[in-house]
Amino acid sequence: MKNEWPLWEVFIRGQHGMSHRHVGSLHAPDAEMAIKNGRDVYTRRNEGLSIWVVESNHIAASSPSDKGPLYEPSESKVYRHPTFFDIPDEVGAM
Amino acid sequence: MYAQMVQSTGKGVKSSEDMTPEERAFQARIDAGEKIEPKDWMPPAYRKNLIRQIGQHAHSEIVGQLPEGNWITRAPTLERKAILLAKVQDEAGHGLYLYCAAETLGVSRDDLTEMLLDGRMKYSSIFNYPTLNWSDIGAVGWLVDGAAIINQVPLQRTSFGPYARAMVRVCKEESFHARQGFDAIRKMADGTPAQKRMAQDSLNRLWFPALMMFGPPDKDSPHSAQSMAWKIKMNTNDELRQKFVDQTVPQIEFLGLDLPDSGIQWNEEHGHYDYTDPDWSEFFDVLKGNGPCNVDRLAARNKAWDDGKWVRDGLMAHAKKKAAAKVAAE
Ligand SMILES: [Fe+2]
Ligand SMILES: [Fe+2]
Repeated sequence: MKNEWPLWEVFIRGQHGMSHRHVGSLHAPDAEMAIKNGRDVYTRRNEGLSIWVVESNHIAASSPSDKGPLYEPSESKVYRHPTFFDIPDEVGAM
Repeated sequence: MYAQMVQSTGKGVKSSEDMTPEERAFQARIDAGEKIEPKDWMPPAYRKNLIRQIGQHAHSEIVGQLPEGNWITRAPTLERKAILLAKVQDEAGHGLYLYCAAETLGVSRDDLTEMLLDGRMKYSSIFNYPTLNWSDIGAVGWLVDGAAIINQVPLQRTSFGPYARAMVRVCKEESFHARQGFDAIRKMADGTPAQKRMAQDSLNRLWFPALMMFGPPDKDSPHSAQSMAWKIKMNTNDELRQKFVDQTVPQIEFLGLDLPDSGIQWNEEHGHYDYTDPDWSEFFDVLKGNGPCNVDRLAARNKAWDDGKWVRDGLMAHAKKKAAAKVAAE
């Protein structure tokens, strides 16, 4: 009988105050072992200060075919970008 | 190279007219340099091909630990031992990054492992050659990891996102591997006459097997065209092999060793070194399972898998029991 360890996604926060970032996945029997394995697989060169693991089947993901409907609303809102506004040179940095 | 002779569709590359609209859109994305992600639509043959290629690459990293692991306990100094241990541990990591990438295509880790263990999937021919002495360990890092780098650097741009990302991680770690090998063989080449002879012997024995890592000559690589159209192969076998020769010959000269092939000669007209092709019948024979170490390598992997079963099952049972106790307590 197949008795495969579940798959976990691993997220690491590096040195420079950035958010945790997805680095890959691994198999482990439980969360504790997933963190230990994550340490060995993904931080052999001091890549991280903190590790998150989450079982892959707990991740909900958007589907590529939703790309249109999901992101279309923001496409028309160019005024959200600062470059939309002309600030006269005399005003200086803003 | 780490993936040699990956079977493709068996047919040539489809012309744009012969493609379905989906296939055409897929190819257009690849041509535009977009990454394909696991949930995106992909032709079944692209998926199948990639599982074979990434799986074979992963198996090579794992089996590749065996020839070097053989010398960890016999390294000449504590420092060399620590370095080799770290190097071999990296190779385990490479195998794991790659298995993860393959799993995003819908194959399970255990399935991949079982296909390696029963011989349905291959690993690189190079790891079926023995490491007879310490000098071979230096030569493996220098030549085998050196060849691996040449193969893997372009794969960072491969079309499948998880594969490309795994390659970025792998490549960051590989130059340590090649350098530690070169450093070890350099010590031998600069050592006593007996040590220098050992270095020469390692180079002579491993040179042609290293050239074989890039796979058969382009004229005998019927599957390359489709893989290149899909950008899961970025250069032809002969291009990469030439690059390896051009890069390595000056290093051999630097070490003061003799060239391992009397056919190596600078070709002014082409701007490359000419060299003698390896014996391709030996290559095919090794792939078929008849190399010096094929039987040992597979036996070692099977033993590790079988001996580890009680650990895998025990930890899983413990995890289930803990989870059940937690639910009961809530
Ligand atoms: Fe590697
Ligand atoms: Fe390596």
